Amino acid sequence: MAERTFSIRIITPERVFYEGTAVMAEFNTSEGEIGVYAGHIPMTVILKPGVLTLTEEGGQKKAALHTGFAEILQDSITILAEEAEWPGEIDIARAEAARERAEARIREHKADTDIARAETALQRAMARINTLR
Amino acid sequence: MASMRDIKRRKSSIQSTGQITKAMKLVATVKLQKARGKAEQNQPYSDCMYKTVQSILERSDSISHPYLQGGDSPKKAVIVISSNRGLAGGYNSNVVKLITKGELAGEDLDIYAIGKKGREALQRAGYHIKLDCSDICEEPTYADAAALGREILDSFAKGEVGEIWLAYTWFKNTVVHEPRLVKLLPVEKEEGDNQEQIPMNYEAEEESILEMLIPKYITSLIYGGLLESVASENGARMQAMDSATSNAEEMIDDLTLLYNRARQGSITQELTEIIAGASAIS
Repeated sequence: MAERTFSIRIITPERVFYEGTAVMAEFNTSEGEIGVYAGHIPMTVILKPGVLTLTEEGGQKKAALHTGFAEILQDSITILAEEAEWPGEIDIARAEAARERAEARIREHKADTDIARAETALQRAMARINTLR
Repeated sequence: MASMRDIKRRKSSIQSTGQITKAMKLVATVKLQKARGKAEQNQPYSDCMYKTVQSILERSDSISHPYLQGGDSPKKAVIVISSNRGLAGGYNSNVVKLITKGELAGEDLDIYAIGKKGREALQRAGYHIKLDCSDICEEPTYADAAALGREILDSFAKGEVGEIWLAYTWFKNTVVHEPRLVKLLPVEKEEGDNQEQIPMNYEAEEESILEMLIPKYITSLIYGGLLESVASENGARMQAMDSATSNAEEMIDDLTLLYNRARQGSITQELTEIIAGASAIS
């Protein structure tokens, strides 16, 4: 028997990023990484920057997701993300540079550094880098 | 009757104006297409965001949060989206009129201006301009909208303003644009259509979800308003330039007629003079 699938839509302010069916979706939320199969209980979760892995019947797809939220229903998931990128759209050199910048900022930790912001920047950079791995 | 030379000069000046308006119309058309595409791409995101926020609000009557109640300050913040350039028909003045004569007329307002034209007009009318970010209205990005949203939510959190409004131009189609004034904060619940609700679980607490969701909701509304306004601006400019071009053509036709008549008149007069001269000699 074929595995149960659900429909998934990923929407960003600039475009409809992805629309299709998948067997499983894994992504990072404020409460940790989760994986969702069809038939999940209805749930709304807050996204954190991380790698989205979509398992389709034909294979796997990866993408970087940054902040937003996801609405999970029994047979569909809608992800509203502020930004989403396919591996091909990521500039690895820029992501590495951003990571170093953010790490330096956290290390030095001056009185006026916004640690929360630096950490978010670091998470974003890591999400991009991990997507390419 | 004006001399032939005057008419000719007038005609060539109108002709060059007509060429400029024609070029501007073409530019506006191309920009409109682009802006409209972008606005359409944003539609699913805004719709989805709106639906989610409404469905959360519907289920959480008990939550009391400043975002839902509004602040104590009688002051209201208004984001006014106009354009940096004129020659767009009534586009800018319609948005300004919405502020000066609309629902909020005569209230104590803090204006967050996007677009030079709107800012100048409101400044002249004596409004207090709190912030001017006119540079973002040419090609709005989501990051710009987010930055503005943060700024305005900050002043809401500090209690400087009690309500947040947004004035923009809704783009219905190429010829119909409608200035609109909407309330962003406190978020209003839409009454009525109580569709079947699927019981929803929240991994985090509903309040913290709302805390995170509302700023995003505001940002998406601002971003949507920006995109619609840019499309409307170019639509309005296209229309204005189109009628300017056809007016120029009409004037050129009239002047051509006038010119030919003057030319004919001068030839007739010359002939009469020659004949009269000849008959005087003989």
